Parts: sequence; structure tokens; C-alpha cells
Amino acid sequence: MVGGLRLRGIRKSFGAQEVLRGVDLDVAPGEVVCVIGPSGSGKSTLLRCVNHLEPVDAGFVLVDDSLVGYEHRDGRLFESSERDVARTRRRMGMVFQQFNLFSHLTAVRNVTLGPVRVLGRDPREAEQEARGLLARVGLAAHADKLPAQLSGGQQQRVAIARAMAMKPAVMLFDEPTSALDPELVGEVLTVMHDLAAQGMTMIVVTHEIGFAHDVADTVVFMDEGVIVESGPAEQVLLSPKSERTAAFLAHVRRHPRKEHDHA
Amino acid sequence: MLDTLHTLEVVRRRGIVSRWGVGAVLVAVVGWLGCTVAVSPNLEWTVVGRYFLATPVIEGVGVTLVLTFATLGIGLVLGAALAMMMQSRNPVLSAAASGYVWFFRGVPLVVQIVFWFNLSLLFPTLGFAPTNQVVTPFLAALLGLGLHEAAYLAEIIRGGFLAVPRGQVDAALTIGMTRATATRTIVLPQSIRVILPALGNQFILILKGTSLVSVIGGGDLMTRAQQIYGQNYQVIALLLVATGWYLVLVTVASIGQRFLERWAVA
Ligand SMILES: Nc1ncnc2c1ncn2[C@@H]1O[C@H](COP(=O)(O)OP(=O)(O)OP(=O)(O)O)[C@@H](O)[C@H]1O
Ligand SMILES: [Mg+2]
Repeated sequence: MVGGLRLRGIRKSFGAQEVLRGVDLDVAPGEVVCVIGPSGSGKSTLLRCVNHLEPVDAGFVLVDDSLVGYEHRDGRLFESSERDVARTRRRMGMVFQQFNLFSHLTAVRNVTLGPVRVLGRDPREAEQEARGLLARVGLAAHADKLPAQLSGGQQQRVAIARAMAMKPAVMLFDEPTSALDPELVGEVLTVMHDLAAQGMTMIVVTHEIGFAHDVADTVVFMDEGVIVESGPAEQVLLSPKSERTAAFLAHVRRHPRKEHDHA
Repeated sequence: MLDTLHTLEVVRRRGIVSRWGVGAVLVAVVGWLGCTVAVSPNLEWTVVGRYFLATPVIEGVGVTLVLTFATLGIGLVLGAALAMMMQSRNPVLSAAASGYVWFFRGVPLVVQIVFWFNLSLLFPTLGFAPTNQVVTPFLAALLGLGLHEAAYLAEIIRGGFLAVPRGQVDAALTIGMTRATATRTIVLPQSIRVILPALGNQFILILKGTSLVSVIGGGDLMTRAQQIYGQNYQVIALLLVATGWYLVLVTVASIGQRFLERWAVA
């Protein structure tokens, strides 16, 4: 089974502000990890460091034992060439809060672009597969629409299909439902639920405590750039060891959608 | 009373000045000006008619068009490169591009044209050939116009890039594209919509800007008009010939622009 992740000693600063202050995290193949934590605690930055969208200042990320973004030579880590970084990145799909669909391309073109342009797949085969993927996320009838013609929930499902088309070993989700109207959250969570059930390795930053409870194997609570607490979902969500975790969970349960209204 | 209100005719306010009044004044002023010029004994309409389609004038129109398209071509290629450099995370590249834009946008176009024309004063020879043989008036004109235009187009193209949400580039990177591929397949096609209207405007500016090359005898429409009135002293008549042609070219360009925009939005 593939899709294991190991993060060690991840540090990242923006200017004088240290946003990640030494993060260690292990994700086993097929494991689903939900990351929760207050706004500004560094959750998005952590995900962006995992696939080298943000280069780390210290520490490293391993996907199935290969380094992300760096090469190990002469006792040092050298940043890889852009081409090599891109090659490693395709092993990790990413889904963003704001969907980030390519707005000049139809849903199906959004999904085929990676396989055709990056993997050099045959366009017709890629399209067939893309339509299959779109059908799996319940969008068979919307494949030829532009993003602007789709609802937020539909756009996010296209974004998931786009990431899946690259056959990634790991999927990273950054608050995939935070920008959605409440009635559209369910359809996206259902798709993610299915992915988890099929054994996809996933890291999900979310404020959906219910989803974390149902789907996550492990829940990680982050605050101020460090992992404060991590453990089996049931334990962290229902009987947290840290007071900060407990306070955060109480806050989120009181204001279920407040935490992400900053979007 | 209230139940009959809806049957009454509505009279809208017209504003303080009436349309008819303004129209009448305009027609009178423009008509009077036009007539005085048209019937002036000093303006020979037969001269205008004779030269409008004369060979040197037509050749001049040809040179003007070639200069315009070549300038646009140089400006687009160089401007796109500069715009990408300005976006680069490499501080040397972005500073170099910003410096280019600062300089070539800041120096008057006519100065640049005259400079390239007189390059031989600085470097008498280029390689083995005398500079004056390599840098012909046409090439000097092209260099001056193209390098100047690149600075403007760089800013316009950069503005177009900025109109594409950054998140889409992130998304492109996560499906394994390099930055260059993401720029070509995601950013460029979407920025065209923002760039195109400004580009049409710029095209018309270049079209008229080419007339500046007449200061070095660049052979364009304006140069030819000057050469002809230098011999027959019919200055106004030949300016009218040139004006007529510029208006024709600008009109065609404007219509082309509307079509292009409609195509780009579709
Ligand atoms: N590109 C950047 N440049 C400068 N500062 C940044 C950048 N990205 C993030 N930050 C800062 O890093 C801190 C952590 O940001 P991050 O987006 O990782 O938090 P988060 O936990 O995802 O929060 P949220 O729940 O609001 O999404 C914030 O203070 C943010 O302002
Ligand atoms: Mg975030």
C-alpha cells in the first residue's frame, strides 16, 4: 500500500513571524488525519509545506520514503529542480478552500488538463476517464459547464475530481467546505467520505467536527505553529487531554460556522 | 383625482440645455469652420485629391502599417517576457525588468528614435560594417518604437496577469505543472480578456506614434507628406492627405478591435 507521509521538524517563517515551529506528523498509508485549530495557527501553511508550495525553512517531508522538494547530497538538503519538484508534487492532490478551478476551462477540461499536459496522456482516453471521475462525484450532467455555471459545492467536487485524475498517493484538503453555503457542505463531505472508504491517504484541515468524528482515524489539534495534541479521533474530540483543545472544541461547537467566516 | 393619474402623459425633464439647442450650435460652429477651411482659396482640394492615392503616399501608408505591426510584434514578445520577469521571485530579474520599464517609458519616444538614428556617433562601426549601413532609418525607427512600446505592453500584460487569481496557479502547480507551463496554459489565456481592450487602444497609439519617425526620414506616411510639401509648399493640403489616411486606418483598427473583443469574450 502506498501513500505514507512523514513530516519531521517542519519550520516556516514569513518575515519575522514564525508560523510553523517544529511540526512532526506521521500519516500511515490509507490513514485519514483531520487537522483542527484556531484561525492563524498555521494549518494552511502546513499543508502548503507538505507539497512544497511553500518551501520549508527547516525539517523535511517524506512521501513513501522520497523527499519532497529536496535532494539529500553530501550531508545536506539541496532544493530540487523545478521539474523534479513538479514530479514529486503530482503524487499529492490538493483541494483548496476557494476551489481554484481554471475558470476559462469546462469541468471536464479542468480534469483532463493535468493528465494531458503533465502526464502526456492521450486526450481522448483522458477525457473518458475524466467523465468517469465526474460521474463518481455526481457531476456527469455538468461535465461541459464552465466553473461560473456551477454551484460552490459542484465546483469543489470538480476540484476533487481534478486532483484524483493525477492518481495521487495522498490527498490534501484545506478547509474544503468553509466557503460553501451550509446546504452544499454535505455533498462535498460525502465525496470525501467515499474517498476515505476507498483507502485514500488524506490530510483534511476542517472545522467540520462531525466529519472528523465519522471519518478521521487521527485528529490533530494545532495552535500557534505547533501540534498541541494528536490521537485517535474519538479520544481527541470527546476527551481531549489539553485544555486548549477542549476550549477550542467548545468554541467550535458553540459557533459551528463562525471560525471560518474570515474567508 | 388619484384614479385618473395613470392615464396622463408623462413629460420627462430634459436638463437645462435643450438637445436641439446644443445640436444647432454644434452644427453652426463645425459647419462654419469646415466651410471656411474648405472654401479657403489657399487650400487646393485638387492637390488633396491628386496626392491622396499617389504612389509615394501609398508607399508611405505601407511603411506606416509595417512599422505599426512590427512595433506591436516586438512590443508583445518583449513585453510578455518583461512581464514574466517582473513576476519572477528572482530579485535580479524583476529589478532588471522594472528598470527597463522605468527607463524606456520615461524617455520621450522622439528622443529614442533620434538616438538610434545617430547610433553611429557613439559606435562608428558594428562588427565589420559601418553602423549607418546596419542601422538604416527604418531599423532605427523600429528599434525606437519597439523598445518603447515593450515598456508599455509589459505593464499592460502584467496587469492582465494580476487579474488571474493566484490560487489557480497554485492549483496548476499541485497537478504537477511547472511555473512556466502554468503561466502559458492558465494565466496567459485568461489575461487576454483583460489585455485585449487596452491592446486595441495601444495599437491606435502606435499607428499614430509612427508619424514621429518622420524626424529621421523613416519613410512612413508622414515622411512622404513632408517630402512632398517640401517641394510644392502645399503644407495644409498634404497634412489633410495624411490626416485622411490616419483616420481611415484608425477607423478600420477600431472596427477590428470590436470584433476581436467580441471573439475573446465569447
Ligand atoms: N504568504 C504569506 N505571507 C505572509 N504571512 C503569511 C503567509 N501565509 C500565511 N501567513 C501568516 O501565517 C499565519 C498562519 O497562516 P495559515 O493560513 O497557515 O493559518 P490557518 O491555520 O490556515 O488559518 P485559517 O483557519 O484562518 O485558514 C497567519 O498569521 C498568516 O497571516
Ligand atoms: Mg487556512
